[in-house]
Amino acid sequence: MNAQPKIRIRGLTKSFGPKKVLDGIDLDVETGTSFVIIGGSGSGKSVLLRCILGLVTPDSGSIEIDGEDVLTASGKRREELERQIGMLFQNAALFDSMTVADNIVFGLRAQCRAQHKRLSAAQARTQAGEILRQVGLDPSVGALAPSELSGGMQKRVGLARAIAGTPAILFFDEPTTGLDPIMGAVIDGLIVDCVKRLGSTAIAITHDMASAQRIGDRAAMLYQGKLVWQGLASELMHSGNPMVDQFTHGRKDGPISMELRR
Amino acid sequence: MRHLTVNILLDPVAAIGRACLAMIRKAGALALFALAGLSHLLRPPFYWKVFFNALIEIAFFSLPVVALTAIFSGGVIALQSYAGFAQYHVQSAIAGIVVLAVVRELGPVLAGLMVAGRVGAAMSAEIGTMRVTDQIDALRTLSTDPMKYLVTPRLLAGTLALPFLVLVADILGVLGGFTVSVSKLGFDPHSYVTATLNALKPLDVMVGLSKAAVFGFIISLMGCYHGYTSRGGAEGVGSATTAAVVAASILLLAFDYLLTDLFFAQ
Repeated sequence: MNAQPKIRIRGLTKSFGPKKVLDGIDLDVETGTSFVIIGGSGSGKSVLLRCILGLVTPDSGSIEIDGEDVLTASGKRREELERQIGMLFQNAALFDSMTVADNIVFGLRAQCRAQHKRLSAAQARTQAGEILRQVGLDPSVGALAPSELSGGMQKRVGLARAIAGTPAILFFDEPTTGLDPIMGAVIDGLIVDCVKRLGSTAIAITHDMASAQRIGDRAAMLYQGKLVWQGLASELMHSGNPMVDQFTHGRKDGPISMELRR
Repeated sequence: MRHLTVNILLDPVAAIGRACLAMIRKAGALALFALAGLSHLLRPPFYWKVFFNALIEIAFFSLPVVALTAIFSGGVIALQSYAGFAQYHVQSAIAGIVVLAVVRELGPVLAGLMVAGRVGAAMSAEIGTMRVTDQIDALRTLSTDPMKYLVTPRLLAGTLALPFLVLVADILGVLGGFTVSVSKLGFDPHSYVTATLNALKPLDVMVGLSKAAVFGFIISLMGCYHGYTSRGGAEGVGSATTAAVVAASILLLAFDYLLTDLFFAQ
């Protein structure tokens, strides 16, 4: 095991008004591994990712990337640290004012700007085509508008855009939600391929158990702002933890009671 | 019982206080937003492509609307002032009335209101949709500052495009007045043009164009701010769009008064 994890989170808390969304999260993600966070809707999974991305400012705690605290770093250094992160959003979040190819070129250019490299239009086009092929799409798809694509294809393009900048860290926000099981498996396969090829460290949040086991090396369950269980992703279905068991097997009765009324 | 009376007496006051605080908070947020947007003008990179797209959208595609509005307004002023002035046999003042009304007031205000409806709404709908579909967060994850990318180029484009549109509106407004006066009211074309040029001072045009720049900034700022801060899906984007147009129109008229007071009060 490496001495220093790629991402180390300690005592992270975040409240929105009276509601504690994150309540003392401790998390280590080793370099080059994939970590899956499962949990019900509203359990704070998205907020956790958004905190690491710098889109939400936590109330207290620390987030270290490569041993450096992101929250106390200077603005410029923080940008550099966060630039390592690529993200696939739940609804792909493609820029709908641009073509598919331009979406991917946007990812390429952002990276080139950071490294002060120049990228010609022709180079950008060829590279975008290559990346499209890596996610199993024909380069001719590049000419389409995102709105012309199916949900599964949008996810692929979102993945293509996220990996265009060859990020050291990749985040996946419910990568299979809204897809049929076969397309879900295809996307999972692509995610595993990309993470392996880039040697990236990945965090995925999901409530799809099949997906969690396909993507993850390690896993944790988030419930009411706390990590109630951590272990190997392969143990998810027989963890011995009653909360995880209830969640993974989708039982109505158990330690987790759904709040139907607020 | 006493408690209740006190509440009845104080509740309206509390409501006024709450509304005032909310307004101050919003004004502060807006000022910070504007400052953040402007500060990126000084810090590269500047996104020229977004800027030119916005410029074409505002300046070029608003031309038909602004042109028609200006022509008809100029014509209406000529008609209306003729009806009044003929009684006192001072029809000769009409050329001056038309040009001053158009260049000082109607050009900037009408072009501004038209652009507020067209462009302010479109801006806040586009940016608002980007907000609620995570596209703005996606910009962040692609090492792009969304303020720098979305807001700054639009603020600059609005500020530069409106003076151009108002210049066009000034010319066409005067042309509208001229057409009506010559073809319908029996004015001599040559003396009408002379009277127009005599009445017009360069300062009037300059002030009108300066107003336009301020209006353009206000429209872009309202469109960007309401879009950027919109929440809650399609409904949120809808109300952001409405708020952007209403706020831009009201602020525009308020600033029109302030600027007129500043330049012409003496």
